[in-house]
Amino acid sequence: MFGLGLIKGLGVTMRHFVESFTYDRNPLKWFSLKGRYDQDWLEKRQEIDGKGLFTIQYPEQKRKVTENFRMTPMLIYDETPDEPRCTACGICARVCPPQTIWIQRATDKRGRPQARPAVFCIDATICMSCGFCAEFCPFDAIKMNQEHEKVYTDRDEGMFFTMERLLKPVEYYAKLHPTDYAREEAARKAKEEAKRKAAEAKEAAAKAKKEPPPEKEVKAPAPAKPDDLKRIEGIGPVISGVLQKAGIQTFAQLADTKAEGIKEILEKADPNLLRLADPTSWPKQARLAAAGKWDALGKLQDRLKGGKEA
Amino acid sequence: MAVDLAAIEAQLNETFPGAVTDRDGEWLVVDPGQLEAVAVHLRDQMGFDYLTHLSASDYPDRIEVVYNLYSTRPELQGPGIPFKVRIPDRENPQIPSLTHVWPSANFQEREVWDMFGVRFTGHPNLKRILLWDGFEGHPLRKDWHEPYYEEDHKPFSSRWPHAESPRPRLAEERVRWRANLQYPKGFDPDPEKWQPLPEVDLSANPEIDLGELETDQLLLNIGPHHPSTHGVFRMVVGLQGETVTSLYPVVGHLHRNHEKIGERNLWTGMMPYTDRLDYIAPMYNGFGYAVAVEKMMGQEVAERAEYLRIILGELTRIVNHMLNVGFLFNELGAMMTPMLYAFTEREHALDLFEEAAGSRMMVNYCRFGGVSRDVSDDWLKRCRKVTDRMDRKIDEFETLLTDNEIFISRSRGVGALTWQEMASYGVTGPMLRSAGLPYDIRKVEPYSIYDSFDFDVPTYESGDLYDRYRQRIAEARESVKILHQALDRIPANGSIQAGRKSWNPKVPAGELYTRVEHPKGELGFYLISDGGTNPYRYHVRSSCFVNLTALEAMSVGHLLADAIVIFGTIDTTMGEVDR
Repeated sequence: MFGLGLIKGLGVTMRHFVESFTYDRNPLKWFSLKGRYDQDWLEKRQEIDGKGLFTIQYPEQKRKVTENFRMTPMLIYDETPDEPRCTACGICARVCPPQTIWIQRATDKRGRPQARPAVFCIDATICMSCGFCAEFCPFDAIKMNQEHEKVYTDRDEGMFFTMERLLKPVEYYAKLHPTDYAREEAARKAKEEAKRKAAEAKEAAAKAKKEPPPEKEVKAPAPAKPDDLKRIEGIGPVISGVLQKAGIQTFAQLADTKAEGIKEILEKADPNLLRLADPTSWPKQARLAAAGKWDALGKLQDRLKGGKEA
Repeated sequence: MAVDLAAIEAQLNETFPGAVTDRDGEWLVVDPGQLEAVAVHLRDQMGFDYLTHLSASDYPDRIEVVYNLYSTRPELQGPGIPFKVRIPDRENPQIPSLTHVWPSANFQEREVWDMFGVRFTGHPNLKRILLWDGFEGHPLRKDWHEPYYEEDHKPFSSRWPHAESPRPRLAEERVRWRANLQYPKGFDPDPEKWQPLPEVDLSANPEIDLGELETDQLLLNIGPHHPSTHGVFRMVVGLQGETVTSLYPVVGHLHRNHEKIGERNLWTGMMPYTDRLDYIAPMYNGFGYAVAVEKMMGQEVAERAEYLRIILGELTRIVNHMLNVGFLFNELGAMMTPMLYAFTEREHALDLFEEAAGSRMMVNYCRFGGVSRDVSDDWLKRCRKVTDRMDRKIDEFETLLTDNEIFISRSRGVGALTWQEMASYGVTGPMLRSAGLPYDIRKVEPYSIYDSFDFDVPTYESGDLYDRYRQRIAEARESVKILHQALDRIPANGSIQAGRKSWNPKVPAGELYTRVEHPKGELGFYLISDGGTNPYRYHVRSSCFVNLTALEAMSVGHLLADAIVIFGTIDTTMGEVDR
C-alpha cells in the first residue's frame, strides 16, 4: 500500500548489498592486503545460515570438498609403488557396474599366479564414480581419489589411468580421508594385536610344554624407513633410485647432503642426469619434508620450476 | 485392507467361467480372450479403477503382460490385484488393448509394443514410444542382444584375471555383437529420403469455439531442445489461434535402454544406475530399488539405516517440490528469482548428501539391508539446522508467492482435471492429491518405517495449477514434520547394515512389483529373479512417464503459454521418462 512494498523490497536488496561487505569480514579489514577471494571468508559465507556474497571466484577460490567426496579410484601402496596393497583378487573388476576396471594377475617366472596385479587400468571416461570398488575391497587397497578437475586434451592418454597413475602412497589417502584412515588403522592394529596375543599365548603354551625355552633372538636395528623421495620437486623415479642406491633413503639424509654432494652422486651414476636436474633446492625441500611441513613445501614447490628457482 | 485374491479369483471364475486359468505366486493368470470383460468387471463391479502399472516379460516359450490394479475407494486402498496374461505365440503376440477401460494403459502399452513387440488390438495409436519409428527389433526380448556388448551378463570375463594387456581394446574392435546392428529395410540415412511417420492427424482435432476469431489450424513443434521442456522433450501442438486443440508428446530422446542394462548388471551394480533415473530426487530412486529387492530377498534393514533413508528421502522430497515451484514461476514469467531461491535451499541439502553419501547427485547411498555410510553426530546437528531453515524458507516462499494476484489469475482453473479423470489416466503423486484424492503410498501401503511417523496427507480440490503449487508446498511442510520426528528418534548408535554386506547377493527366484511414494508419484520396480546374480527382468514404472499420459487432456482448450506451464507442473525429469 502506498508503495510501501516497493520500499521494503529495495530494503531487502540494500541489506544484501551491505551484508556482502560486512558479513564475512570485519569492516576494519576492508583495506587489508588479504584478497577478496580469501578462503576463510568463503567458508564463513557457505555456512548454513551464511549471508552476503554467494558467488565463488573459480578458479582462484574453490569450495572445499567433504571428506567422503569421491571421484575416481586410486590404488594404495604402503611403502613403495612396487608393492601395492592390491592382491588382484578381482572383486573390484567384477563389482564395477560399468566394468571399467581391467586387472591382469602377475605371474612369477614359472607362470604361477601371484597375489599382485601386473596390469591394473581404469578408463576414467567410463567410470561412474560409484565407489563400489573402494567399498567392497577387502584389503583397503582401492580408495576414492578426490581430484575432480580432470581436463585433458586427449581422450585416450589423458583419461586412461594406468597403474602408474593410479598408485598413491598411503599418506596421500590419510590426508584425504583422515577419519576413514584412522578407523581402518585402529581396526588393523586391533587385529594385529589380537593375532600377536594369540601367537604369544600359543608360544607360551608351547614353551610350557617343551624345555628348554628357545633363546631370544637379538634383532638388528631396523634400517630407517625409506621416504618417497619423489615428493621433492625435480626428483623422478630414476633419480630417486640412484639416490637410494647411494644410501640416501630418507628426507633427513637428503637434507644433510649438500647440493654439490648430490651433484657428484648423480654425475657418477649418469652424467646425463645433470642436464635435466638441478639439485640446488633439494636439501631445502628435503628439510621441509623431513619436518613434515607439507604446506610450506607445497608453497616452495609452487615457486620452483622443475626443481629450479624460477 | 488386504485384498483376498482367492475370493476375487473365485468371483471372477463364477461370473466368467474359465477366466482365471491359473495362479502364479501372487499373480492371477487371466485368459486373453476374456481379458476385456474381466477388466470392465473389475473396474465397474469390484471397484478396482486404478491401473498404475502395466508391463511385460519375455520367457523362452511365452510372453507375459502384467497388470497391477489398485483401487481409489477408501475401503479398498492398499495392496491391489496383480494379474497377468500369457501369450504363447512369441512370433506374433497379440492381445486386446485396455486403453478404453483405463486410459493409463495408453503409453505403457505402447512401451510394451516397443520393447516386446506385443500388438494390442484396438489401441488408438500403437506406435513406438521410446525408440524411433524405424528401429528394427524389440530390445527387451531375450533373443535381442545389444550391439557392442560382449556378453549378456556382467561380470564380463575379459576383465579379470586375464585382462587384455597392455590395455583394453575399444569395444568396436572386440565385440562380436556389433554384427547385430541393423537398419530397417529400405532405410536411407539421407533425411530427404526417409520420412518418419506422421504424428498428429489434424483432421481429428475437436472443434473448439473460438468466437469471432477466424483462423487456420497450425501445427507447432516445441522442443526437443527448448528451455521450457526440462530436458529433451518434444510436443507437437495443434493450434487454433493460440488455443491448443491437440497435443502429442514425443519422448525417448534420452532413452538408453535402462532396463536392458538392469538385466545385464548384478543386483548391487544396478544401484548407481537408479540415481540416473530422476536426477532431481536421486535419493528416492535408490530407496525404492532397495525396498523392492529387500522384499524379494526377505532382508531385514538396520534401524538406523531406515531412519537415514527416510531423513535423506524426505530432504529430497522438499528439495524436489521447492525446485518444481521455482521452475513453475520461471515458466510463468517471474524469471529466475524464485528459481534461484529454490536452488539456494537445494544447495544446503546437496551439501548434506555429499557429506553423507560422497556425491551430490549420483548418491548411490542405499544398500540391500542398510546404507553405504554412517553419518556423524555433527552431520545430524547440521541436518536439523537445514530442516529448520527449510521450514522458514517454505514460509518465505508462501509470503512471496501464494497471494500474488498475477499468479492467481494466471493459474486458477488452468489444467484442471477431476481426481476421477486423473486416476483413470494413471496419474499419481502430488498432482492426484491436489485434485482431492488422499492417495499416498506411504499411508495406503506403508513401506520402510513410515507407519511409525505422524504426518497428514494434504489435499486440495480442483487440481489446477494453483492447487498443484499449494499441494507441493503443503507436502514439503509434511516432510519437514517427518524430518523433525526422524531426527528426534534416530538411534544414537547402531549398525547401518543388517546382516553381512555382500557385493554379489543371491536373490531368490520370484516375481514382484513394489511401489514407493517418490516425490513425483508412484515409483515402481517390477523385478523377476531366476535365482541368479543378475535380474531376469528389471522394469521401472516411472511416475512422470505415466503422468504424461494426462498432458493432452489437461492442455486441450487452454492457451499455448499455459500448456508449457501445465507440462512444468506435471514435474517430469526426462532421465526417468525416457529411461
